[in-house]
Amino acid sequence: MIHSLFLINHTGDIFLEKHWKSVIGRSVCDYFFEAREKAVEPENVPPVLQTPHHYLISIYRGKLFFLSVIQTEVPPLFVIEFLHRVADTIQDYFGECSEGVIKDNVVTVYELLEEMLDNGFPLATESNVLKEMIRPPTILRSVVNTLTGASNVGDTLPTGQLSNVPWRRVGVKYTNNEAYFDVIEEIDAILDKSGTTVFAEIQGVIEACVRLTGMPDLTLSFMNPRLLDDVSFHPCVRFKRWESERVLSFIPPDGNFTLMNYHVSSQNLVAIPVYVKQSISFFETGPCGRLDITIGPKQTMGKTVEGLMVTIHMPKAVLSANLTATQGTYTYDLATKVLVWDIGKLNPQKLPNLKGSLTTQAGTPKPEDNPSLNIDLKIQQLAISGLKVSRLDMYGEKYKPFKGVKYLTKAGKFQVRT
Amino acid sequence: MSASSAFNDEKGGSSSVGEPEYGHDPASGGIFSSDYKRHDDLKEMLDSNKDSLKLEAMKRIVAMIARGKNASDLFPAVVKNVACKNIEDPNQLIRASALRVLSSIRVTIIVPIMMLAIKEAASDMSPYVRKTAAHAIPKLYSLDPEQKDQLIEVIEKLLADKTTLVAGSVVMAFEEVCPERIDLIHKNYRKLCNLLIDVEEWGQVVIINMLTRYARTQFLNPNMNESLLEEGSGGDRTFYGSDEDEDEDEEEKEKKAETPAMAKRKPYVMDPDHRLLLRNTKPLLQSRNAAVVMAVAQLYFHLAPKAEVGVIAKALVRLLRSHSEVQYVVLQNVATMTIKRRGMFEPYLKSFYIRSTDPTQIKVLKLEVLTNLANETNISTILREFQTYIKSMDKDFVAATIQAIGRCATNIGEVRDTCLNGLVQLLSNRDELVVAESVVVIKKLLQMQPEKHSDIIKHMAKLTDNIQVPMARASILWLIGEYCEHVPKIAPDVLRKMAKSFTNEEDIVKLQIINLAAKLYLTNSKQTKLLTQYVLNLAKYDQNYDIRDRARFIRQLIVPTEKSGALSKYAKKLFLALKPAPVLESPFKDRDHFQLGSLSHLLNAKAGGYQELPDWPEAAPDPSVRNVEVPEWTKCSSREKRKEKKVEKPFYSDSEGESGPTESADSGNFSWLLSDSASGSESGSGSEESASRSESEESEDGSESEEEEEEEEEEKEKKKKKKELKKPVQESERKCSFHANVYQPSLYNWALVSMTLHLVLCLQTIAPSSALKNYELLHRITGEGLSVEYCFSRQPFSPDANMVAVQMQFTNNATADTKNLHIEDVKLQSGMRVKEFSEIELLPAGETATAVMGIDFCDSTQAANFQLCTHTRKFFVSIQPPVGELMRPVFLTENEFKKEQGQLMGMNEITEKLTLDMKCRNEHTIVQRVTTAANLSRVPCGSDKEFAGRTVSSSSLVLVTVATKEEGAAQLTVNCEKMVIGTMLVKDILLALTQ
Repeated sequence: MIHSLFLINHTGDIFLEKHWKSVIGRSVCDYFFEAREKAVEPENVPPVLQTPHHYLISIYRGKLFFLSVIQTEVPPLFVIEFLHRVADTIQDYFGECSEGVIKDNVVTVYELLEEMLDNGFPLATESNVLKEMIRPPTILRSVVNTLTGASNVGDTLPTGQLSNVPWRRVGVKYTNNEAYFDVIEEIDAILDKSGTTVFAEIQGVIEACVRLTGMPDLTLSFMNPRLLDDVSFHPCVRFKRWESERVLSFIPPDGNFTLMNYHVSSQNLVAIPVYVKQSISFFETGPCGRLDITIGPKQTMGKTVEGLMVTIHMPKAVLSANLTATQGTYTYDLATKVLVWDIGKLNPQKLPNLKGSLTTQAGTPKPEDNPSLNIDLKIQQLAISGLKVSRLDMYGEKYKPFKGVKYLTKAGKFQVRT
Repeated sequence: MSASSAFNDEKGGSSSVGEPEYGHDPASGGIFSSDYKRHDDLKEMLDSNKDSLKLEAMKRIVAMIARGKNASDLFPAVVKNVACKNIEDPNQLIRASALRVLSSIRVTIIVPIMMLAIKEAASDMSPYVRKTAAHAIPKLYSLDPEQKDQLIEVIEKLLADKTTLVAGSVVMAFEEVCPERIDLIHKNYRKLCNLLIDVEEWGQVVIINMLTRYARTQFLNPNMNESLLEEGSGGDRTFYGSDEDEDEDEEEKEKKAETPAMAKRKPYVMDPDHRLLLRNTKPLLQSRNAAVVMAVAQLYFHLAPKAEVGVIAKALVRLLRSHSEVQYVVLQNVATMTIKRRGMFEPYLKSFYIRSTDPTQIKVLKLEVLTNLANETNISTILREFQTYIKSMDKDFVAATIQAIGRCATNIGEVRDTCLNGLVQLLSNRDELVVAESVVVIKKLLQMQPEKHSDIIKHMAKLTDNIQVPMARASILWLIGEYCEHVPKIAPDVLRKMAKSFTNEEDIVKLQIINLAAKLYLTNSKQTKLLTQYVLNLAKYDQNYDIRDRARFIRQLIVPTEKSGALSKYAKKLFLALKPAPVLESPFKDRDHFQLGSLSHLLNAKAGGYQELPDWPEAAPDPSVRNVEVPEWTKCSSREKRKEKKVEKPFYSDSEGESGPTESADSGNFSWLLSDSASGSESGSGSEESASRSESEESEDGSESEEEEEEEEEEKEKKKKKKELKKPVQESERKCSFHANVYQPSLYNWALVSMTLHLVLCLQTIAPSSALKNYELLHRITGEGLSVEYCFSRQPFSPDANMVAVQMQFTNNATADTKNLHIEDVKLQSGMRVKEFSEIELLPAGETATAVMGIDFCDSTQAANFQLCTHTRKFFVSIQPPVGELMRPVFLTENEFKKEQGQLMGMNEITEKLTLDMKCRNEHTIVQRVTTAANLSRVPCGSDKEFAGRTVSSSSLVLVTVATKEEGAAQLTVNCEKMVIGTMLVKDILLALTQ
């Protein structure tokens, strides 16, 4: 299926290649470079390309292209999903997925790739299984390895692949047994000029960090599961139990993992935590324009809005911005034409405002289009949909674990049109 | 221990590797030239019985390869001592890895060994090893496609496997080797459906795609009673909207949906197996893996009754939140689906709204979907949305939006005027690209009702002064020409301006100027006659031949002369015929003849290896082929097992299927494990523990044992295996999931195997087999300048399998040419036969030629006498074979070897004690010497040095065993039905080993 993999950085250098069948020359990437040049922006490179003898399927992650070479029919999503899994694994092992990190750990990366794919077909992609075979590097171990010449390949045999719970390794032991769940919700919204909601929905995710001894069997139940309209689960969740009782019953993987993703039914009105008053205009006479933005709280459920930030992609003609912010700081990047206003905490008593003039290039007609505003925000201890975890029970083990649930609301793709 | 560690070692231990190594994949690009006989010490280390020595040797080899040194001559030793040995290791992981190593070697001579190893692994008791066997199948197939039939047998066997671990891998092998053998699936269909939810995600994708194809050949079209033409119309919407169908209602709804249709045609009843597939794949829409969700979605799209397809919409919309590459693929598929089944995505219209931050390619695809979804009720919302898009900074996207507006306007009559007005407003846009795109779209719209819009045409005529985009200019000119009656005053003036600028226009514009001129000439020749002449004259001398051609053609057609033919009478009809309005179609129309979710669908072109989605059969094939007979013992044992594990239902797999016993084997496993860990039920685990304890003791013994005890230990192992095999299969299957905990893993083996894996992948070459011995047939002095040598090439003699191939080399050392070299007067013992080589007509002086002849020696060492003739002389010669050449190698497993040996005892067995030559004390040399002396092959993975072959003429088995002891003492045993051959062979091998 997957024949070869090339890792390419943003300047177009191939800095790592791996072949699972025969070696395919680097020249196959030329077709990709051609498409890359044509696309201008890296996000616009078509993920699937056809060349005379091969098909190229690529993803763009962390300023890197993961380019796979395919020779025969295969579902493109199969490859894309796998490539993302590779990037996830690298991130999981080394903390980030970047050229530098991969170059520093080139040996481990090769070992991982070797285990993840056998003759082009995925073999071990479960992080728990991989970590048993190839241990993630720690500072201490890398020092020891350098001195003794040992490697990261595990001394013990992995057992996960053989058990019926492939995502969990056997014989896990902790002195502190703990299970934490983060309920994170993102608001995706499009607001129009007047502030009315064109489209809004809530996407949620439950991230878990479970460090429990043995083979615990957990059950997580909600106060109001009916809110959840569409869900997708980690393979550990028993779907039948969810269908019949609306509880999450599972044997967790060890460590960090995403337990479920959910969508809150669009029938429920989505609370929009802030309102934005804005006017951006350009004058016919003379090379200038005005900008005036004010943000205020709307439906915050009594919580504080933090991490507030506004990002605006300005028209090409805008040369500079001369603005004053009553709160926070703003920057205008001349090259990318992006205006960022970092506000921070929203104070309901004194609303933040950004006001001033914009200079446009002389001689060009006034920009037709008005840029839209992208809003970032965070609200701690709140799930904006109102979802609440009612309890977590553990079966199969005798000890009492430490349990905790945190809530967080963020802006997802939150856009205000002008 | 891995390739890389040794590599680091040599590099002075720097953990961050230096610049030049990045591109050098140790697993891909080793270069090995041939250079032998240098690593004897390493070979000896590999041949030793000590794991630590082997490990050290492997470390050094890996380090050598990492530095680009040649190690290819060590390759056979590595394969033999590490890969082959470990295939019989008691630890399943080591067995599996050894098979992975072996199957990664891409050298054809290894094919038989690989085949053997796969076959053995396919009946291994560990499901993990069986999974590895399934993975090895495509590798062997790509190495040697001739093995297909044998491989299909293995696939058939593995398809019957009842574990989830194997299912995905074997279906993958099936898809690569024999996707056409749909008949192999019948018996396993229900099992695959029931196991599906517990298979790992990648396997799920492969199985679902395969089952989609299968279902298309075996079941009837569930929508056969509905006409495909009526779609997305009012009636369906209620069904698409509701997503909470429970399994029970589904059947009901289905009936409801089909009642009206039933009256017309014979009633459709869904095959229960078809229903099983739909029911068991549905939960997978909740998978976190986008590929799995897409696989289920395409299955529903291609197989489900219309009323049920709606369930996939929500899941696909969810994928739009994922990475942009995932969005790209999903949107392409949604675009195809929305053409056939618009209704199901309508509730999610807003999820396709475009954000300014989306990449352009995503924007354009979303636009496509929105356009496909547009209908009378939602068009106003969609148009309002489009209006905001037109203001975007992304001009490619704006152009696509204008096209989309045009398509909405043609498809939905009610909004045509609104759209047209909107587009006309865009004509005053500052951006020329926007204007040009609008002109092109307006032109298409105007063709629908030109009479109502003469003011728009006038407006556009004015644009010719400003707009420069060729396509737009051409469109305007065409419009004015086509509807010149509606703008009688303006049209000639436009032509006048165009005539002026003709020479500076682009080609497409020039063609339209000629076109306009011709049309005006026909309708209003008074005003435009001269202008037309002028334009045609300019065109006559244009650089482009298309334009010259067109001008000549039009002049003949419209300007009547005495020479002009009958056609010119019809010039008006030709030019001013009513033209049908263009249909603006989605590029995704009819793409669903490709299986959705496939690469071919995405590219809209057949990719290599794509399996067509078959059409539904007219009549359903016999459904009973899927019935599985349940053997009596399985029935009762599974029932017992169920009692054991309480009444608790399996959590994952759906247990409602008809084929209860088959599915319980696996899905049961899981709940069994759960109930064990949850309640600590005694019955199952108690016996398990006792069994495992005894085993772990044994293996501990093994690791401590000294070399002398090796034989003994191996015997023990064999006995143990036999014991295990006798136990019911299920029991052993259960046990092996605990193997990993039970065995004290032998770390050396594990390290060795993983290292070999890395190493083998580097090796693409192998050292050639030992040189063949040459014998003299004719000395050059006796031959008067002609010398002949021969050797036994050990290749099968293709014209006659019972003959030994003899390769002859003729050298003409004389100064004159030799002609007509051939054989005459063959004198043979009775029964012997000779196949002569074809005559060599000319052997020039100083030249060499080779020829192959076949001799059937009748399994005796009697000489074949004959005359070798040239055009001038005859020489009496004879060929007498050494006994070792009268046989050909056969591959036997160790078990087969032992079995055969047991049947050749007594008179047929000859044993000799010997003391090995000093240089011949290690395994490698022994093997080499024996195989040089006799054309035999080593029994792979055998514990002793065992060799097997068959005589060439009568195919009698020849078995040779060399058992080595201390101080070079050894015992040679030959078992052969033909005692004479046996006796002679003993002598020859003794000689070879002692000298």
